[in-house]
Amino acid sequence: ADIISTVEFNYSGDLLATGDKGGRVVIFQREQENKSRPHSRGEYNVYSTFQSHEPEFDYLKSLEIEEKINKIRWLPQQNAAHFLLSTNDKTIKLWKISERDKRAEGYNLKDEDGRLRDPFRITALRVPILKPMDLMVEASPRRIFANAHTYHINSISVNSDHETYLSADDLRINLWHLEITDRSFNIVDIKPANMEELTEVITAAEFHPLQCNVLVYSSSKGTVRLCDMRSSALCDRHSKFFEEPEDPSSRSFFSEIISSISDVKFSHSGRYMMTRDYLSVKVWDLNMETRPVETLQVHEYLRGKLCSLYENDCIFDKFECCWNGADSAIMTGSYNNFFRMFDRNTQRDVTLEASRENSKPRASLKPRKVCTGGKRKKDEISVDSLDFNKKILHTAWHPVENIIAVAATNNLYIFQDKVN
Amino acid sequence: MLSKGLKRKREEEEEEEKESLAVDAWWLDPGHPAVTQASPAVTSSSLFDLSVLKLHHSLRQSEPDLRHLVLVVNTLRRIQASMAPTAALPPVSNPPAAPSMADNLLASSDAALSASMASLLEDLSHIEGLSQAPQPLADEGPPGRTVGGTPPGLGALDLLGPATGCLLDDGLEGLFEDIDTSMYDSELWAPTSEGLKPSPEEEPGKEEAPELDEAELDYLMDVLVGTQALERPPGPGR
Repeated sequence: ADIISTVEFNYSGDLLATGDKGGRVVIFQREQENKSRPHSRGEYNVYSTFQSHEPEFDYLKSLEIEEKINKIRWLPQQNAAHFLLSTNDKTIKLWKISERDKRAEGYNLKDEDGRLRDPFRITALRVPILKPMDLMVEASPRRIFANAHTYHINSISVNSDHETYLSADDLRINLWHLEITDRSFNIVDIKPANMEELTEVITAAEFHPLQCNVLVYSSSKGTVRLCDMRSSALCDRHSKFFEEPEDPSSRSFFSEIISSISDVKFSHSGRYMMTRDYLSVKVWDLNMETRPVETLQVHEYLRGKLCSLYENDCIFDKFECCWNGADSAIMTGSYNNFFRMFDRNTQRDVTLEASRENSKPRASLKPRKVCTGGKRKKDEISVDSLDFNKKILHTAWHPVENIIAVAATNNLYIFQDKVN
Repeated sequence: MLSKGLKRKREEEEEEEKESLAVDAWWLDPGHPAVTQASPAVTSSSLFDLSVLKLHHSLRQSEPDLRHLVLVVNTLRRIQASMAPTAALPPVSNPPAAPSMADNLLASSDAALSASMASLLEDLSHIEGLSQAPQPLADEGPPGRTVGGTPPGLGALDLLGPATGCLLDDGLEGLFEDIDTSMYDSELWAPTSEGLKPSPEEEPGKEEAPELDEAELDYLMDVLVGTQALERPPGPGR
């Protein structure tokens, strides 16, 4: 199995999509609760697998374009079929996933095996009838949105109008209409006239969940800009600018790198947004630009190790974060296959591990603790023993229930609340 | 800024030096907690070397990760500022041409250019003593997907410091020393039209050697910056 590069629940939570480094998309579906199999309790099983992107070669620039799926975003469901957008570095595709469980039989012009019948032999007409067949799930590419990005696409976000979406690369954000593939509008462009003056790139972008004219984008300098598309066609000038002043006592050579925002997510309510930088998650009230309303420490014990993490490039890892359906909890990943969950109401947090060796199926996860000081207690793990190759970069939370999906390299873990 | 190897005036440098000092003055304050906490094992210069290595590695990718590049460059500038606050600063506040190299890389690919630039950079690295630094990590950065990998240009050289300018002046001769120019010097190749003799032509060339080197340096600069198509290697007339 390939390394998972993105995880996303659909709007109802019945479907869970993963994209991987090999350009494949795997969709899981939640099983209906079945009284005869009480243990299944809504488990997720593979529903569809398809190859979304293939490696490409740009002959003009002599460059290979990776097939790795950077992001998947579902569209709200409007009919029996499901639609999702998946993107690699350069091209976004709209996929339709539909079910076929009936087959037509009794054609007039062709045999059951598909061969055409000789028209002169047909003496009577019949109406074809639909017969049930084994469920087949088909994925077909409906739109391909290509050639609009010079730099690597890092984000896509579907607008609340359900007609448009944005795609963001390192320097530009484009607005698309889902029906139109040969045109996109550039709405943000931070490319300097002279590339020598480049000091900042776009790291993530998202549309507001309710206001279709509002979007945010984060930068490598730890800032977030909120743009209103009503104010002008080109959103180079932001409406709001979110940045927390640097704490002078913790400045270091690595200050900028660790402040670089790797993910930005609006809360479901649209009132808050959260940003993930290297060591923390910050919750911002959209009405207050000067500082976040909450700062959650993910793995502060790494602050003393920044030099080594710079050396092995781990300091550049891009962690994602997510809200639960009620916006009362936040989840994000860390190293050693650890992930962290924060309850905003009770102010409590927990560290859990996604690993087969350390937990049995259906057993409760045991909270983990990283010890920073001298004496290591039993069951604690010391900072130096952490495995920095086991990173949890991608997590997703069911939109309604307490079900989470955690991608640990090439394994997908799905955890649910324990039912008493 | 980069083209023709011109250096900015001393006054400009001093002004900008003051600016950057004013903004980042805490780097120089030995009493500052962050500065005192830096363990002796991790010196600014080793971090500097590491950052330069990372920059080179990043630029060597056929399609550099812009975010990684920008963050490394910005970090390098911070380290540089803290290392040489009073000396004539290399253009710290003058952002490096590294991203422009990346942009040029995206715009063109020329195998011959790549090869010459790669070898030039290798030589510079050795000359600068960077070979003493830790080996570049094998799996850092995106996997190298090179097809005639277009390597970095002068942007990286800019960051290495003012010495680099002098380096090129002296280093160029050394770089081309091993080229056998006897073929071009022989009379067999001299134009035979009347009034033109190879020997008289050679002499003016040699007399003007210093100016020729200047011109060649300019030419090489242009080539490296990508403003001029590589027609043939600068030459033999030495």
